[in-house]
Amino acid sequence: MIETNKKFISVRNLIKKFEGRIVLDNINIDIQQGETFVIVGGSGSGKSTLLRTMTGAIRPDQGEVYYDGKDIHSMEEDEMDKFRKRFGMSFQNSALLDFLSVEENVSLPLVEHTRLDQKLISIIAKMKLKLVGLQGFENYQVSQLSGGMRKRVGLARAIAMDPEIVFYDEPTAGLDPVVCAVVDQLILDLTKKLNLTSVVVTHNMESVFRIADRIGMLYKGKMLQVGTKEEIQNSTNPVIQQFIKGEINGPIHLNEDVIDR
Amino acid sequence: MNFFENIGINIRNWLKVFSDISSLFFATVYWSVFGVFHRKPVNFKTVFEQMVYMGLQSILIVFFVTFFTGVVIAMQLAPQFQKMGAVFYVSSMVSIAICRELGPVLTALVIAGRIGAAITAEVGSMKVNEQIEALETMGINPVRYLAVPKFLALLIMLPCLTVLGDASGMFGGYVVGVNSLHISPGLYAQTTFKFLSLKDIYTGLSKPFVFAAIISMVGIYQGLKTKGGAVGVGQATTISVVTSFILIIIADCILTGIYFFINF
Repeated sequence: MIETNKKFISVRNLIKKFEGRIVLDNINIDIQQGETFVIVGGSGSGKSTLLRTMTGAIRPDQGEVYYDGKDIHSMEEDEMDKFRKRFGMSFQNSALLDFLSVEENVSLPLVEHTRLDQKLISIIAKMKLKLVGLQGFENYQVSQLSGGMRKRVGLARAIAMDPEIVFYDEPTAGLDPVVCAVVDQLILDLTKKLNLTSVVVTHNMESVFRIADRIGMLYKGKMLQVGTKEEIQNSTNPVIQQFIKGEINGPIHLNEDVIDR
Repeated sequence: MNFFENIGINIRNWLKVFSDISSLFFATVYWSVFGVFHRKPVNFKTVFEQMVYMGLQSILIVFFVTFFTGVVIAMQLAPQFQKMGAVFYVSSMVSIAICRELGPVLTALVIAGRIGAAITAEVGSMKVNEQIEALETMGINPVRYLAVPKFLALLIMLPCLTVLGDASGMFGGYVVGVNSLHISPGLYAQTTFKFLSLKDIYTGLSKPFVFAAIISMVGIYQGLKTKGGAVGVGQATTISVVTSFILIIIADCILTGIYFFINF
């Protein structure tokens, strides 16, 4: 067991290959409790793979992901399942179960992992929906909701079990600028109100500068730089400058854009 | 060399599929039986909903397929028996053919087409929309949450549908026998049950349990393996139905062989 402070997330020497191609190349990150850490990078940079490796959905080829000093990838599946109750995840496509109602979706982790009374679960689900501004939508079907509302239901589900850490995969992808700002504000509010540690993967730079405490820039599977907003904005690295300014000319070429896993 | 390499690769792939489906089956049975000891008992509400969807809503299609099969068998057999002057034996031939073989197999094939495809399409869409990953991230075992209710519902409903299929197949034969071959209803019924032994019924009714396991496991396995969006879901659904069809016929042959050789 390595020396890591309590409730910190530590990614150590992470390597992941898909069919021989290196997707994550020796990644090292330390995330403090209560901070919002944003992983940025273009499509195919490996940021979704990194997030999935941190949630335990993908096993790395080498390296460790420590929570509280424990490496989740050395755990058995049962132990990992128990550990997963400590974090929530908001998915790019919301990933709500479409055969359940909004309230049933939010209640699902509570129904599955607790022995609380159904009435109490319903009250908690309503509270969580209120936190994301969706009170009154409990009995709606997922198919009746707009993209932004689905994201918010996904957020409510992610915080249903009062997690310590919430992972967000592209929380603002496909949303209009106003809804983007609403979701960003929600992430900030939830992080403060619930004292969460947030790990966000995105390539929406406006969003990044609104919510991030620290930013890690991933490029071709390597962590180019980790720093505060100011440090990233003032970075002398041409790749980072091209990426945050969204310029066509620079070291990043479109033909390097590969499948995002 | 390439030819033999291909054969080797294909055999290895098929063995991998077989071992994956077997482990899915054991995991499903494990969670069905021992889930309660992990404080995760079977969700009977979901099982019941699935039973309604898989069973009640399949009644009409099973009835039509087996009824007309009964009609066809009676019409095909009638001229042969008429030549021998023993036309009333049509009834016993229809009942034995339906109860031992055609009722269980045709019902299973119809359900593989209707329910096996639906299971794969549903689970496959969940896979490509990250819903399966969401379940895993929430610490919810997808096999326990999705596979167990579908497996149990089909395990209960397929034998029930087979009984219905047997009855409607025999009714199809009866309609031809009484109306077209002019066998009296009493004689038709008497001949039907005179030659139909209990063995014919229970060997026939043991098969749907195996077929139910095949349809549900293949359906869920292909769903969980789905990749690549809408096209992937379509491909997985096709593979699921084709694999179920082939495995049902093979399992039927093996089971019939076992009953034949041990004279069961």
